[in-house]
Amino acid sequence: MSPHERPAGEVILELENISLAFGGVKALSDISFDVREHEVRAIIGPNGAGKSSMLNVINGVYHPQQGTITFRGQARRGMNTHAAAAHGIARTFQNIALFKGMTVLDNIMTGRNLKMKASFVEQAIWLGRARREELEHRAKVEEVIDFLEIQHIRKTPVGRLPYGLQKRVELARALAAEPTLLLLDEPMAGMNVEEKQDMCRFVLDVNEQYGTTIVLIEHDMGVVMDISDRVVVLDYGKKIGDGPPDEVRANQAVIDAYLGVAH
Amino acid sequence: MTAGLDTLPGLLLRQVELRGGEPAVREKDLGIWQTWTWREVADEVRAIACGLAAQGFRRGMHLALVGDNRPRLYFAMAAAQALGGVPVPMYQDAPAGEFVYVLKDAEIVYAVVEDQEQVDKLIEAAPEVGTLKHIYFDDPRGLRNYEGIVSLDELQRIGREFDAKHPRFVEEEIAKGRSDDVAIILYTSGTTGKPKGVCQTHGAFLSAARGACEFDGLNPRDRILAYLPMAWVGDHLFSYVNWLVAGFTINCPESADTVMTDLREIGPTYYFAPPRIFENVLTQVMIRMEDACAFKKWMFDSCMAVARRCGAQIMDGSPVPFADRIRYWLGNVFVYGPLRNVLGLSCIRVAYTAGAAIGPDLFRFYRSIGVNLKQFYGSTETCAIICLQHDREVKLDTVGRPAPGVELRVAESSEVLVRGPMLLKEYYKRPDATAESIDSEGYFHTGDAGYFDEQGHLKLIDRAKDVGRLASGSLFAPNYVENKLKFFPHIKEAVAFGHGREMVCVFVNIDMGSVGNWAERRGLAYSGYTDLAQKDEVRELVRECIEKVNGELAAEPAVAGSQVHRFLVLHKELDPDDDELTRTRKVRRGFVAEKYRSLIDALYDGREVEHIETLVRFEDGRTGIVAADIRIEKARTFSGRDPAAIPRGRR
Repeated sequence: MSPHERPAGEVILELENISLAFGGVKALSDISFDVREHEVRAIIGPNGAGKSSMLNVINGVYHPQQGTITFRGQARRGMNTHAAAAHGIARTFQNIALFKGMTVLDNIMTGRNLKMKASFVEQAIWLGRARREELEHRAKVEEVIDFLEIQHIRKTPVGRLPYGLQKRVELARALAAEPTLLLLDEPMAGMNVEEKQDMCRFVLDVNEQYGTTIVLIEHDMGVVMDISDRVVVLDYGKKIGDGPPDEVRANQAVIDAYLGVAH
Repeated sequence: MTAGLDTLPGLLLRQVELRGGEPAVREKDLGIWQTWTWREVADEVRAIACGLAAQGFRRGMHLALVGDNRPRLYFAMAAAQALGGVPVPMYQDAPAGEFVYVLKDAEIVYAVVEDQEQVDKLIEAAPEVGTLKHIYFDDPRGLRNYEGIVSLDELQRIGREFDAKHPRFVEEEIAKGRSDDVAIILYTSGTTGKPKGVCQTHGAFLSAARGACEFDGLNPRDRILAYLPMAWVGDHLFSYVNWLVAGFTINCPESADTVMTDLREIGPTYYFAPPRIFENVLTQVMIRMEDACAFKKWMFDSCMAVARRCGAQIMDGSPVPFADRIRYWLGNVFVYGPLRNVLGLSCIRVAYTAGAAIGPDLFRFYRSIGVNLKQFYGSTETCAIICLQHDREVKLDTVGRPAPGVELRVAESSEVLVRGPMLLKEYYKRPDATAESIDSEGYFHTGDAGYFDEQGHLKLIDRAKDVGRLASGSLFAPNYVENKLKFFPHIKEAVAFGHGREMVCVFVNIDMGSVGNWAERRGLAYSGYTDLAQKDEVRELVRECIEKVNGELAAEPAVAGSQVHRFLVLHKELDPDDDELTRTRKVRRGFVAEKYRSLIDALYDGREVEHIETLVRFEDGRTGIVAADIRIEKARTFSGRDPAAIPRGRR
């Protein structure tokens, strides 16, 4: 009954020789790894290792100078964020990016935005198709609210919520887009033990229930080792380890990167 | 076929005949109130019953139920009863370790649970229990990769197949049921020792429910919110047996956190809550009023002053000056009505509270804003009800007159004795305990001490076994003192000591919400409970409360000796997970006294500071140490003639 007995699927995302530089600063150099369908893939590394840059490359915020990204069989150098979302890539952010003045419900509704087909005019006058669509989307959003157990804050403006719950709302918005690939940038940062446990449970449940592939960045090693199937380790923009959690834990280069070595 | 009306499943069939198409159950799911009619309820129950039968569940077997108030758990309860089985609901917030005892004692083989959390706990408990073989779950989330457990959907599918092959099976099983069959085993919370399984028959619960329904005129148009633990006798009577008897609608909240919102949406006509919930609601109102603008605050304060003066009297039909009636009417338009609406109490005909003593200010507050709040008294062994307060005869310090069909007597030892059809059949597998609590004349010994006042209302003092004597020989009623302390919003819990000693001393738990808010207003920084509890200012606040109580006690000659001389504020909250409270949040007095022996010694030998380290268990089952230096404080006491000694009610 362990959560790790998942079928390892085909490679869904492949990153080959990715290099990204901002002027003279090399954020990522020659990084290759792949993500299989239905797995939980963790990216770890010390501060400034290039983890968030890696996520930004995957969902098209940054365009790498070199390398190719193959997502579901389509190779490209880089794509824009809109295209990434349309292809089923959703994400959460390290520093929560929600609409603070809007309610939880409305925030999650924005996750459905790409799936709304009704025209501006139809929506404005609340006509046939817009109305039908709204009901459909609301039903989906309610499913997500139920899934993440945030019914009690449905009508609360996000700005009034504690940090841990805001993180959960952000996950909810990402889930509302029904993604095939979910990118989570430090979903447990700044949480207490109980909130972390809840979040772990939710991440695993998402993975199990919807079969969503998950790439996550996380600093809490306990969490990473518990929930991920494979781990990539970055340090100063280079890949220094890749493999199942136990293997990575035993890797000398990884231990050195985390604990530091005398030069 | 008209089913027998002397069993609970028989009544369900009767309700289908009477009002098959009307709503019986609602549950808020995916943001919408979903409805089951009586006919649909009966179908669901039938499918579960057939499913259980197909899986080998037979007459006389026990079915464990664990979870929040989900419609399908109630359906499973009815299904087990339809087959002549006995449901055993359990407290859903208990850890796995606590499940073991009940599961073992009741020889559970079949269990229906709500979700993954409960499944995990049962799987953890299973090896130790040994007998548990079948687990069925309602909510499939996170359970896809579990083996050897079955969803309720699947169980119902199996049931429908079975039903097609054996079409008369359920009716025949229901017809075999007898009024004196055991309908349910409810485990007592166990303030002392291990929980005991109270076996109640269909007949016992039906007599209690018929009495209650008639007493308050419950009818099919009523609505109630089913939100209290299913393992508690109160919920079983109010949300299940009364439901089957009166045919009203029960409404299951979306989650434990949304109860207040759901309450408002449903607007129940009949409402039941322990004092703790009424208190939390009032605290929230008061906190919000503190933050309101000056005009609103003025309006609230002046209207509440009118309500305090004449609200309760108007409800009781007592004479009230015409001018006050006008003022109250205006107050109702501008404050009480909107307030009742915000609290979800607009449609209430009758509201009840029981289970613990309710504070005078709290009780008066609800009655004065036009909520007909009444008290009753009862226990698991008596199907929840012994005494009820009649409309217009509501008094703060009594629990009313004996309910219909209840014979009540007060023994020489002042223990309350009860006889009637609603008494328990026995304690499960405990003939010794049964013999001990039911005497040769058939009276059940409640263990509560009390007396009848001049109007024939029962007044309770304390648990009979807790009433003690100080070394000086004067009466010591610990609960009486503790309840007076707990009526202050700042004090959440108090434990009084004094039996066989020269003076009374207490442990106090502050109320984190109320004191936390108080501290914030004063710019007092604190990091958590332990830190806040040991602040000088907080101890001073507690001392004020204790001295007020001492003043009240001094005015009552019988208990004047119980005034509190020394006290301390505990460094951690008493918690059921640490075995200090029962699941229904009553203090385990003996256990607490043993655990904090060094603190008690410090209270009595005059020390001023005592260092203590305590093991605590977190929600995830891990443990940690809380350490603190606890200061022990003195409180002023009064003599009877002291001007500070004020009679209750003038505070």
